[in-house]
Parts: sequence; structure tokens; C-alpha cells
Amino acid sequence: MEPVNQIDGRAIPFGRKNVDTDVIIPARWLKTISREGLGKGAFETIRADPDNIFDSAEFAGSPILIAGDNFGCGSSREHAAWALLDLGIKAVIAPSFSDIFSGNAFKNGILTVALPQDEIDRLMEVAKTDPVHIDLEAQSVTTPFQDRFSFEIDPFRKACLLGGLDEVGLTLARGDAISAFEQRAKVARPFLAQGTGIAA
Amino acid sequence: MTSPSKADMPRTLYEKIWDAHVVETRDDGTCLLYIDRHLVHEVTSPQAFEALRTSGRTVRRPDLTLAVPDHNLPTTARLDAAGNPLPIADAESAAQLAALTRNAPEFGIRYIGATDAEQGIVHVVGPEQGFSLPGATIVCGDSHTACHGGMGALAFGIGTSEVEHVLATQTLQLTPSKTMEVRVEGDLSSGITPKDLILHIIGVIGTAGGTGHVIEYRGKVFEDMSIEGRLTVCNMSIEGGARAGLIAPDATTYAFLKGRPYAPTGADWDAAVVWWDSLATDPGATFDKSVTIDAATILPTVTWGTSPEDVVPIDGVVPAPESFADPSKQDAARASLAYMGLEPGQRMDAVEVQNVFIGSCTNSRIEDLRAAADVLRGRHKAANVKWAIVVPGSGLVKRQAEAEGLDKVFTDAGLEWREPGCSACLGMNPDKVPPGERCASTSNRNFVGRQGPGARTHLVSPAMAAAAAVTGHLTDVRALAPVG
Repeated sequence: MEPVNQIDGRAIPFGRKNVDTDVIIPARWLKTISREGLGKGAFETIRADPDNIFDSAEFAGSPILIAGDNFGCGSSREHAAWALLDLGIKAVIAPSFSDIFSGNAFKNGILTVALPQDEIDRLMEVAKTDPVHIDLEAQSVTTPFQDRFSFEIDPFRKACLLGGLDEVGLTLARGDAISAFEQRAKVARPFLAQGTGIAA
Repeated sequence: MTSPSKADMPRTLYEKIWDAHVVETRDDGTCLLYIDRHLVHEVTSPQAFEALRTSGRTVRRPDLTLAVPDHNLPTTARLDAAGNPLPIADAESAAQLAALTRNAPEFGIRYIGATDAEQGIVHVVGPEQGFSLPGATIVCGDSHTACHGGMGALAFGIGTSEVEHVLATQTLQLTPSKTMEVRVEGDLSSGITPKDLILHIIGVIGTAGGTGHVIEYRGKVFEDMSIEGRLTVCNMSIEGGARAGLIAPDATTYAFLKGRPYAPTGADWDAAVVWWDSLATDPGATFDKSVTIDAATILPTVTWGTSPEDVVPIDGVVPAPESFADPSKQDAARASLAYMGLEPGQRMDAVEVQNVFIGSCTNSRIEDLRAAADVLRGRHKAANVKWAIVVPGSGLVKRQAEAEGLDKVFTDAGLEWREPGCSACLGMNPDKVPPGERCASTSNRNFVGRQGPGARTHLVSPAMAAAAAVTGHLTDVRALAPVG
């Protein structure tokens, strides 16, 4: 995963509440064998309107999305995070996120920033005309107008994002502990260690 | 003075399995949990394999992984007259299936292909092959993995990144769930099936009743129940909000398992039974939440709405939205009734169906097919039932059913006998219910559009689905006049 620290650029002032993952990526896009290319289907129903914000000259390719409460609710499809990534989104700022979406976003290197509604309102205003800056190390969102909003993040997730460490990589680093467990388990419960018998 | 070790405290079945699989615990309480069995299908695995390939990673334990296609496969004939595989018409489905066919051997994983006799729905194949074992941790990129809890395993669905994580490390980073007991007192009345029971349970606890919890189903009803029935019950735990549901392994479990291809043998089997017997919840162990249900009151149960908690006995009526206390539930009920084309007060046993689906990971095992055949034997589907299919859960179930002559019962009754797969449970393959039409379905979700855009689903047991096929409307199977 690419390390995440400074995210700087235009922020799409979307603002909608309860955006479910069916809105982010409709079900017909799930029959894919790739994480790539789902940006085409991202927000498909909204983008059917030729004047939509995602395809506007001003906001296309922006790295930040600002949304309302409960972003990413509904189906657990990880395709929602992949679709946002493919659209160029590196961070989503909203008052709250669904647990599953924020987990899926984190696993894909997307930063979810939760801020109070009044701060979201201010950022929505700024975003119409000016860029927004996110500093993960400092846990802050700033604007060219001296606004500075702090956000909370789980220390483990922060370290993973800053270091570009994926969970798989981190767990692979615990390979010795896993091997030791397998040795113990093989003695204690040999009948669980056999599987299909295909050589490891 | 030392505190008593955790192993000396009374523990639940879930806690014993969890404790036996903790590789290590982080300071914040997150555990690295070892995974004993990983089932892989074509829809949620391609991106996981792709990620392994691009990062140069391998599958840590291919021997603990089993791949089988099910979701996208058409259930029509797979071979032409000359015995050659027929092409899959939908290009995207074909690409997903081809990816699994390529990925499994590339990563050294045992693969059961679309035309193999053992092919079937992952949740039917796992127990049938003896791959799903009591006391094991079992995962799959599918929420109905809870099913394998019927074997006494801790089994739950995972996302694609977690599929990748398990392939690469054979572990998951997890925090323990809360425990929930669903205790069923007494016996089920004659003609009441495990499907009626689990639909009733979901109606009682609601679709969020088990959120954050792992359910243990307890009571004589489950002790008396077949493995097929236990798999049906645990399968729908996710519809009650619980990521997993399980039933303690016992002599019924061992009798089902012994001699299956991947089940332990010899001294390993004997050691396994000793350990499995030790897993039952200890006397004095406590649950974070407990619900008690009286089995005797349960009737054949059907759904009226678009959530699995929208259940009513077959002799009941469509409820009025105002009958719900919660205003948001009232709104949801109004939307459900509009989608379902039903009016409050309408008798459930007068609701006509145009389609019948007998199958899915919930109800496609041999016992399910026997129950449906017992109703259909000597009868014929009603004229208004346009489409009625029976989809066995696996090739082995299909073979067994044919050996018992059940296929003949179904086709004589005017139903189609299909190849194994997920079929009309989820509208991802050609088996779909047409817009605006109703289906009496033995599957697990009655969500809007689940069986196809605009499809109206009524969840029922296999016997009730067969009865609906015969009469052309939802019907109390117990009231059908004897044949002849």
C-alpha cells in the first residue's frame, strides 16, 4: 500500500447523508475479477445527470470527498472502497461512517476523517472554491483561511497508513508466532491440521 | 496468589473454540486468530488472488483451503451430448469462473470444478466432504458461512481483503464477539421443520438481534435435530444479525462425519471425538444475552415482507404497518407491502405464487429434497405456477436423490430438476424470478430485488414450497389432502 500522510487538493462538496454502498457502486458492477476500473461505475445513478459534481471540470479527479452522516452504510461490498480509489479519492471527510465501510476503506489505504457537522459545514463552504489540506501525522484538516480542525484516529490504523503497511504485511511479520502456533496445534489437535492433504 | 486460569472458568462452546485458536493477543485486545478451514468461491476471491500475485505472496496453507464455484454457475446442463463442457453465455460470469479455475492450481489449492461430481454450493460441499469439522474455525467470502456452525464449528463470512489475509497468513485480526444463547424449550409439533424454527427465531430476535454476538442454539430440539436441520438453522444466523451461530457437536455430528473424504481417521478420529466432546458449554457458563423460545407454539412460518424478520404463521394475515410500535418499522412495512403487492389483513394462505424455488445453501440437502418429494409424490404443480425448479446443493446430493428416485417425483410433478449451484437465491446467474411475480422460496433472503429486479420472495421450508407448487398459493402443508 502507498503510505498516506499529506493529502492536498480540491475536495468534492458532496454532502449527502446515508450514502449506501449500493449508491457508491451498484450491484451490477460486482461481477468483476479486478479491483481496478470500478471508478466507471462509482456513483453511477448520480452521474447519469450530465451536470453531476463528480464529472464537473472543477472537481473531476479530486482526492477528497466530503459527505454527510453514516457514509458507506448497507452492503459490505469492498467494491465500494475500490470504486472510490479508482475515482482518485484518497480521503473521505464525514460526520460518521459505517463500521464495515471504514474497515474496508482502511484496508485499501483510504483515510476516513470524522469531524463534527459544523466543521463539515465550514469545509463544504471552503471546498466550493479552494483546496483543503489533510495532515495525518498532525491529525488535522486545514484550509487556506486559517481553519484548523483536529480529528481522532485509532493509533494502529494511523501507523499502518503512515507506513503504507497493509494488514497482510503486518501479519506476515508475525510469521514466527503463526508457525509456533501451528506446531503447538498440530500436537494438540492433529485432526484439524490435515485439511485436503494437498502438500503445503 | 494466582488467579484461576481461564481454562478453569466455565466457558461457552464459542469461547472454547476461540481460545483454542488465539495465536497472540495485542494490547488493545485484538487477537490474531488461526483459521483451520477456508472455502473459496468465484465471486469474492479474484481480487484476493490478484493481490497475492502482484505482491509476490503465496498461500500459506493450500491444504486448509478448498475452492469450488457456485454463485455464477448456470444450473442448466453443463455438458453437451458428447460430454464436452458447454460454454457459459454471460461473459462476466465466465471470466469470474475462469479466474477461479486458473487461480486454484496456480496457488496449489484443491479445486472442485463445475463438472466434477462433488461440485456444489460451498456450504453444502464443506460438511459433505468432511472438510468442515467440529471445533474448527471456518471462513469463506460469503455471509452464509455461518451455516457450518451446524457442525459445531465457529464459522463466519469475511470480505475480500480478509480472504486475501487468510490466504496469505491463515489468520485473521479479530476482536472477540459477545455471546448469545437462543434456548428453545420443548419439542416442535409434528410437521414443523428447522426452517420454520429459524424463521420464527429471526422473527422474535429481529434482523439486528444478534449484531455483535455469536449465537449458540441450545435445547432438546437441536439435540434431536439432524445435521441437515442444524445447518439450515445456523445458516440463517446472519439474518438475525449474528456473524456466526453454532450448535454443540454430539453423536449425531460424529455419525454424519465419520468416513467422509477429509474427515479424520483411525487414532486421529478417536482423539478428535474426545476433544469435540469437551467443547460443550460448561455448566455455569454465562451468555451476554439470552432468548428463550417455546417450540410447541411454532407453526409453519412464511415471510410477508422484504426483511427476514417479517414472518408470520401460515394461518396468519399480512400485518398492518400501524401494528408496529416503532415508527421507522412502520415506514419499512409500508414500503415492503408496496413492493410485495400485499394489503394488510390479507390471508397468507391465499397469496398466489407463480414461481417455486427449492434449493440454496439453506435448504438443498438430501433431507430437504426428501421433504419436498414427500409432498409432491403423486401430485402435480398447479397451472398458475409457471416456473418451479429443484436445485440440489451438490452433485453428490443430486446423485443420492436420483438413486432414491426423487428426481422422477419432481419431474412427474412438473418441476424442473437442475444442476447444483446457488441458483435463484441471489439473482447473479440465469435463474431469476420475473419482475412483479411471486416466488415461494426455500432460500434465506427476501430483500428487494434479491431473486431478480422486482421479484417478490416468500421464504418457506422445502415442504411448504412443495405445497405451494401443488396448490398455486402459500399453503399449510399439514392441511394438504392425502394423495389417492
